[in-house]
Amino acid sequence: MARFVVTRLALALAVALAVSIIAFLLLRLSGDVATALAGEGAQQADIEAVRKIYGLDRPVIVQYGEWLWRVMSGDFGTSLYFKTDVASLVLSKLPTTLVLGLSSLVFSLLIAIPLGIIAALYRNSLIDRLALGLAVIGQALPNFFFALLLIMVFSITLRWLPVSGSGTWKHFVMPTIALGYYAAPAFMRLIRAGMIEVLSADYVRTARAKGLPARLVIFKHALRNAIVPVVALTAVQLGFLLGGSVVIETIFALDGLGYLAYQSIANKDFPVMQVVVLLLSLVYVGLTLMADIANAWLDPRIRVA
Amino acid sequence: MPGLIRASVWHEMTIAAAPSPSAAEDSAATGFAHRAVREPALMIGLALIGVFVTLAVFAQVLATHDPYAQDLTRRTIPPLWYAKGNWDHLLGTDPLGRDYLARLLFGARISLLIGFCVAALAGVIGTVMGLAAGYFGGKVDIAVSFLVTTRLAMPVILVALAVVALIGSSLVVVILVLGLLKWDRFAVVIRSATQQVRSLDYVTAAEAIGASRWRILFGEILPNVAPHLIVVATLEMASAILLEAALSFLGLGVQPPLPSWGLMISEAKAYMFFSFWLIALPGGALAVLILAINLVGDGLRDVLAPDGRG
Repeated sequence: MARFVVTRLALALAVALAVSIIAFLLLRLSGDVATALAGEGAQQADIEAVRKIYGLDRPVIVQYGEWLWRVMSGDFGTSLYFKTDVASLVLSKLPTTLVLGLSSLVFSLLIAIPLGIIAALYRNSLIDRLALGLAVIGQALPNFFFALLLIMVFSITLRWLPVSGSGTWKHFVMPTIALGYYAAPAFMRLIRAGMIEVLSADYVRTARAKGLPARLVIFKHALRNAIVPVVALTAVQLGFLLGGSVVIETIFALDGLGYLAYQSIANKDFPVMQVVVLLLSLVYVGLTLMADIANAWLDPRIRVA
Repeated sequence: MPGLIRASVWHEMTIAAAPSPSAAEDSAATGFAHRAVREPALMIGLALIGVFVTLAVFAQVLATHDPYAQDLTRRTIPPLWYAKGNWDHLLGTDPLGRDYLARLLFGARISLLIGFCVAALAGVIGTVMGLAAGYFGGKVDIAVSFLVTTRLAMPVILVALAVVALIGSSLVVVILVLGLLKWDRFAVVIRSATQQVRSLDYVTAAEAIGASRWRILFGEILPNVAPHLIVVATLEMASAILLEAALSFLGLGVQPPLPSWGLMISEAKAYMFFSFWLIALPGGALAVLILAINLVGDGLRDVLAPDGRG
């Protein structure tokens, strides 16, 4: 187990390093940073001046090394657009996105687990088909369009919820639904497939034969085992939800990391862009690492693979 | 060691798009067609895609107006079924007085073009990586697995937004960026499919008669992992179309005045309360197209892997 954890940890670090290189290079190679920084209508002399000031005239490797060193020592630079310290800017937005990510995850599990169980119990029945149909339709509905529909219904027609902004729990309701529904189909299918497999297993048959109440068999014996693969998917989906938060937070002007990412991209705010890409990627790396370790702990066969 | 590199997420990706290995051999062309016809969802999906392709191909003929022609005297006319609708603009006009039917028809071209090109580009990259990793194993496998893991760590939408914003957004840039980002699932699925057929008799036989590696990879293995490739390509096509729509919706995808559906929703969102059809039509078109492609993808997976049906 210890060896597995160490190897996975080393891999995660290597991936993190690769991600940092890509995050850095991507933004450097995609265009001339100095030209973008100088703004529209800048003279050639201005651009050269900007290049000097920001040290963009040096080799890329030197720039990367220096950037990495500063990032590692906690200095993320200054935002060009907000004119504030990037570290404190990002940290101030992080809680909102974490709350949104977690609430969306809970929301999608609240839909997916009961639906998945019911679909598996009444396999090929009308309910099962309905649940699968719902999953197919859910996966086809673009989340930004769904978000607008939610605004139409809950903000404009019913006037229950605020259209945009952040601050109260009410501001999180629609973003949570708009972000979470999209993750539900994958969970539902996985739980359904897992339950179907587990329900035909010998120990479930034994439990039934013993005369245990159906509820006990389903929740204690079957669900417990069917839920194992969901752990791995949860980490992955949480990563996808963080990515999706860029679109959803922007629509609802919810003041989190996703909205910050959009603002920094729209305003060519390089220091912030780099850090947000790096941070969201690192969160994903960390989540999959935890999921892998959790899985190896739950299932010894993985450790020796 | 390569097993360790493969994070648990891969497992889910492979399940999501993998016919069983034996299915490819079982399904002779006739058997495949036979089973396909019995899948109503697949047939509905194919029919819907057929409709979209036809509309897109004949957009020039079907559109009664120029999708770019603005007419400020005819702004925001509702579709025919509203009281104020008129026969000249069957689906109404947008706030700039452009015919909505024409824009929707030409928008179908953009979505289908994006879906097809991105899936093709990503498919070539991912397939080559997956074939190499699955066939050669060892260091090649470790290298490919590392690349896939790294790529998966970076959120597509965020990286695409940033790069498109920096290079400057256009249809071609969006296709290239998405194509260069979305090869991961191809690589994962083709890699595991290749591993399964690598040691089968026809591959060993080809090796024994001294066939070149090129010949073995693309002549023997590729045709046999093709069913997987088709399933992944369909699902990735849908995902690419959704991504383009999201990018365009955020203003960093296809640029105006091109009639991308995502862009049309974005342009109309300020008017959505009084003129709901302005977002409902492109949003609905997008949803039905994605639904159709996903139905085909799911259906093909079931047909190609009848045993794996849940």
